[in-house]
Amino acid sequence: MTPKTFLAAGILAASLCTASNGAPATDAAAGTSAAPAIEQTIQVSAKNFMFTPASLTVKAGTTVTWVNLDDEPHTVFSDAGLFRSSALDTKERFSFKFEKAGTYHYLCTIHPRMLGTVVVE
Amino acid sequence: MTDDSLDSPSRRRALGCLAYGGAGTLFVLAGGVFTPLDLAAAAADADRTARLGRPLFVQLSDTHIGFNKEANPDVDATLTRAIDLVNVMPQAPALVIHTGDITHLSRPAEFDHAQQLFSRINAGEMHTVPGEHDTSDATVSEYFSRFGKASNNKGYYSFDHAGVHFIALVNVLQFKPGGLGTLGSDQLEWVEDDLKGRSASTPIVVFAHMPLWSVYEPWGWGTGDAPQLMAYLRRFGSVTVLNGHIHQIVQKVEGNVTFHTARSTAYPQPAAGVGEGPGPLKVPADQLAGVLGISSVSLVKHPHSLALADRTLV
Repeated sequence: MTPKTFLAAGILAASLCTASNGAPATDAAAGTSAAPAIEQTIQVSAKNFMFTPASLTVKAGTTVTWVNLDDEPHTVFSDAGLFRSSALDTKERFSFKFEKAGTYHYLCTIHPRMLGTVVVE
Repeated sequence: MTDDSLDSPSRRRALGCLAYGGAGTLFVLAGGVFTPLDLAAAAADADRTARLGRPLFVQLSDTHIGFNKEANPDVDATLTRAIDLVNVMPQAPALVIHTGDITHLSRPAEFDHAQQLFSRINAGEMHTVPGEHDTSDATVSEYFSRFGKASNNKGYYSFDHAGVHFIALVNVLQFKPGGLGTLGSDQLEWVEDDLKGRSASTPIVVFAHMPLWSVYEPWGWGTGDAPQLMAYLRRFGSVTVLNGHIHQIVQKVEGNVTFHTARSTAYPQPAAGVGEGPGPLKVPADQLAGVLGISSVSLVKHPHSLALADRTLV
C-alpha cells in the first residue's frame, strides 16, 4: 500500500488493513520481522482540531501511522512517555509500533485540546 | 510631576474604550494604573511625549519562522519589517523580549534563520521564552540548546534592568488535556522564592508565551495555575504581564496588575470564540501589516512607571 493510498483514503485504509490482517497477530513481542506488517492509519483531521478516529482499537504488533492533513502542525505525544513525534507539517507522518496490550492516551502538544486513544488488544 | 489628565476619571473613562485598541494606542502605566492614550493626542503634546521617557524594551512575539501557508507566505519579510521599526526608534531599546513561538516547527534551520534575522536588531540584548511551537521537536532540545543558557536549561529565569525586575516564565511544557498552559509547582516555588524580600515598590515585568490569565478557556487561552502566581505578585505596586500566543492585543487591568497580549509578526488569529477554533487567519494581503505588530515599553518616571505602546507594521 502506497503512502498515497493512505492519504487518499485514510479511514477506509484503516478498516481495510484490519480486515486483511487475517494473519494472527503473531508476535509482537518477538518482533519477528518476517511476519506480515500490520498497519493502521490515523488521520489528523483538518477540521475541528481532532484526531480521526479519536479512538482506535488494534491488535498487538500493529504499527499505527498518524498523517497530518491539516495546515497547522501537530504532534503526537504519549502522556505515559511511550512515544513522542516531532512537529508534523502538512502531509508529514509519524509511526509507532504498539507491542503490548493496553490503553494508550496521546495528545498534540501544540493543541492539547486534541486528544486520542489507541487500545491495543 | 504627575500628569493631571492621566488621573482625571473622565479622561480615563473616555480612554477606556481604547483598551482593545489597534494601531496607535499608547498605554501609560502610572502609579499602578495602566491607562490607554490615543497616540494622536500624545503626538499633539510634545511635552507629554518627552515625558514618556526612553524605551526600556521592545516585545516581539510569535514570529513563527518557517510558517509558509496562505495567511502569510513570507513571515521573514514581516519580521524584517518589525525589526526595521525597532531600528528606526530615536533611541535604541536596551532589551528585546520575545514571548515565544520563535519558530513554527522547532526545526534547527528555522531557529538558525530566526537568529540570523534577530541579529539585525539594534538593541542591547535579547531575552526569550519558548512557545509550544518552539518545543515541538521530539527531544525538546532545539530551543534549549540555543536559548537555555540564561536559565540553566529550565527555561524560566529572572533579571534586573534599570530598576525593573523581569521574570521569564515557561507555561508550554506540561500538557493538561483541555489545553490550558501550566507553570507547574517547581516553577511556582521558584517564583515565590525569587520575589521573597523584594520591595513592593519594585516594578515587575512578567513574561511568558501563553496568557497568564483566562482570555478564553475553550481554546486553551489561559494558564491553569496562574492564580497561584498572581497571589505572589499582588503585593507589588506595578506589575506588567506580557504574553503572546493569541496573535492579537487583549488587555486587562486587575488591581496593580496589567495584562497585555501582543500581536504576532507573522499572522493574525481570530478573536476569541469567533469561528471553529484558533489558527492562522487569512486576511486580504493589503490588510496584513495592519494586524501584525510589536509592543514597546518605556520608563516614564524611573523607577516607578512604565509606558507600553503597540504599533502595527503599517
